[in-house]
Amino acid sequence: MRNEHFRNPISETAPVRWALILAVLAFLALFVLLPLLVVFTQAFREGWSAYFSALGEPDAVSAIRLTLLVAAIAVPANLIFGLAASWAIAKFDFKGKAFLITLIDLPFSVSPVISGLVYVLLFGANSVLGPFLKSHGLQVVFAVPGIVLATIFVTFPFVARELIPLMQEQGTGDEEAAISLGANGWQAFWYVTLPNIKWGLLYGVLLCNARAMGEFGAVSVVSGHIRGLTNTMPLHVEILYNDYNIVGAFAVASLLALLALLTLVLRTILETQYGSELSATQKH
Amino acid sequence: MEIRVEKIRKEFDLYPALHDVSLKIESGELIALLGPSGSGKTTLLRLIAGLEQPTLGRIFFGEEDASYKTVQERNVGFVFQHYALFRHMNVAQNVAFGLTVRPRHQRPPKAEIRRRALELLDMMQLTGLEKRFPNQLSGGQRQRVALARAMAIEPRVLLLDEPFGALDAKVRKELRRWLREFHDRTGHTTVFVTHDQEEALELADRVVVMSQGKIEQVGSSDDVYDRPNSPFVFSFIGESANLPVSVIDGTVHFHGQSTGLAAQRDGEAHLFFRPQDVSLVEEGPGLSGPVTSSRRLAGTRIAEVELGSAKSPCHVEIEVPLDASVSNGTTLAFRPTRWKLFY
Repeated sequence: MRNEHFRNPISETAPVRWALILAVLAFLALFVLLPLLVVFTQAFREGWSAYFSALGEPDAVSAIRLTLLVAAIAVPANLIFGLAASWAIAKFDFKGKAFLITLIDLPFSVSPVISGLVYVLLFGANSVLGPFLKSHGLQVVFAVPGIVLATIFVTFPFVARELIPLMQEQGTGDEEAAISLGANGWQAFWYVTLPNIKWGLLYGVLLCNARAMGEFGAVSVVSGHIRGLTNTMPLHVEILYNDYNIVGAFAVASLLALLALLTLVLRTILETQYGSELSATQKH
Repeated sequence: MEIRVEKIRKEFDLYPALHDVSLKIESGELIALLGPSGSGKTTLLRLIAGLEQPTLGRIFFGEEDASYKTVQERNVGFVFQHYALFRHMNVAQNVAFGLTVRPRHQRPPKAEIRRRALELLDMMQLTGLEKRFPNQLSGGQRQRVALARAMAIEPRVLLLDEPFGALDAKVRKELRRWLREFHDRTGHTTVFVTHDQEEALELADRVVVMSQGKIEQVGSSDDVYDRPNSPFVFSFIGESANLPVSVIDGTVHFHGQSTGLAAQRDGEAHLFFRPQDVSLVEEGPGLSGPVTSSRRLAGTRIAEVELGSAKSPCHVEIEVPLDASVSNGTTLAFRPTRWKLFY
C-alpha cells in the first residue's frame, strides 16, 4: 500500500523534473542535433550526385586516404604504448609512478596547437634535428611523418587511461595463478591478462581512433596544408569551406560525422554489454 | 616431498616480514601456518611457492636447493585466497590450463588433457559443472575448482592460502573435513595458511604458530594447546588468563598474597592458565575477588572475577560449576590446577 503523501526525499516534484528534462533536451537539440542536421542537409543540398562527386574529387580522396593511413599507424602505436604503460603502472611498483601517470595525461591538458608547434620547433627548418634528418632524406614537418607524430602525441592517453584503472582493479592474482600453473610470461599475458581487459582495450582503441581521425589543431600546425599531399580530412574540410565550396566541405564533414556516430553506437553497445568489465573506468 | 626452510629472511622495502625462519616439513605431512595478520605466514607460504624471492636463506625441496628456482620450475600447486579462477574460461578450461600451457613436447594430447580434467573434477565431486563459468559457481565449488586446477599439474607439494577464508561457516566445516580426507587419500605434502586456530588445530598434523615474522612454536594440536612455550602462544591459542606475579621463596605471589602455587625460580613473572583449569577453594591460599559478571555458555558457566586492588584491577574469566552461586559481587576464591609461568 503506497502512501499518497509520501515523497521520496531525493526526488523532485513532477514539474521540476519535467523542466529539467526539457532544458537538457532543448540544449542538446540546439548544440548537437541541429549542427548534425546542418552537416547532412548542406552536404546533400545539391543532390546525391553532387555529394558523391565531391567525395570522389582527387584531393578529397587523398585526404581520406591520408586520414586512414595516419590512424592506421597512430592507433596501433598507441595500443602498444597504452598496453605497456598500463601494464607497468598497474602491475609493478617503482619510483616516479605518479609522475608517469601525470605525464600520460599531458596531451589532455596541453592545447593541441602547442603540441603541433613543439614538433615544428623540434623538426622544423630552423631546428637542430630538422636539417640533419632532411640531409638523410627524411622530411618530418609539413609531411606525413610530422602528421603521424602529432596525432600519436595527441591520442596516446586514450588507451592507457582506459586500461590503468581496469588493470589496477584486477591486480596480479590471475597472472600469479597462471604462472604458478607453469605458464610463461607471454602465455600469462595472452591467455589471462588480455582476455580480462579486452573490452576495455577495445573501448580505448575506439576513442583513440575517433580522435586520431578527427584531430585538427596539432595536425594543422605540422601539416603545411599541401593539397593532395598533407591534408587530412578535417584540414580538407576547412580548405574547401574557405573556398566557398559548401557542398564539398560538408560532404567530407559528413564522413567525419558518420565516424562520430558509429563510434558513439559502438561505445554504447560496449557499455551496455560489457559494463561490468569496464566498471573500473566508469568510476572516473 | 620433504621441504626444508633454512634461516629464511624476507624484507619488503627494508621492513623485515620474516626473521631467520627455519622449518622442516616431512613428506606427506599436513601443516598449518597459524598466526594473526602481519605475522608473516602468507609470506612464508609464498616463499615456499617461489612467488617471492627470499632476502637471505635457503629452501630445499627434498635434497634439491630450490631457493632461486622460479615458480614454474618448483612445480607446486598453489591455491589462492580468492581462488583467482580465470573468469573467461569455463571450469574444464580452468582445470586444464596448467596442462595446455606446457611446452609442446611435454604437453599431453588434447583428448588426454580433457580426460584428466574431467577425472579431477570427478574426484572433487564437481561432475557436470565443467561447462560452467566461475561466476556461476558457489564459493565452495570455486574452492574445489581451484584445488582441481592446482592438482592438474601433478604438483610436488600443495600450498593453500587461507583456503576457507571466504566461505560461510557451514561450507567451511564441510570442506575442512573433505580436505583432510583428500590429503589422506593422495598423500601430498600440504601446507596451508590460516588465522583460524580451530581450523588449524582440527585439520593439521602439526601447527606452526607465527607472530611478528617469527615462528613461536611448532607442534601437534596437543602440543600448542596444552604445552604452549611462549606467552604469545598461550594467549593466541584458546582462552587464557594472564596475571603479573612475583615468585618469592618458591611460592607464586599475586599482589603480595600467596597463591599457594609452587615455583622453582624466584623473580617477576607472568602466570598463565586456562578458564577451565581452575578449582574453587573454600579456604587456604588462592586467588580471590568479587564476581563482576557471569554468563551461561552451553554446558558451562563463565564468571569474570576482578583480582588485585581497585586501582589496578585484573579481570580474569574462569569456568565455574553450573550450580555454583555466582551473582555479581559475591567473592570467589580459586586456584589454577594447570598453569605456566613465563619470566
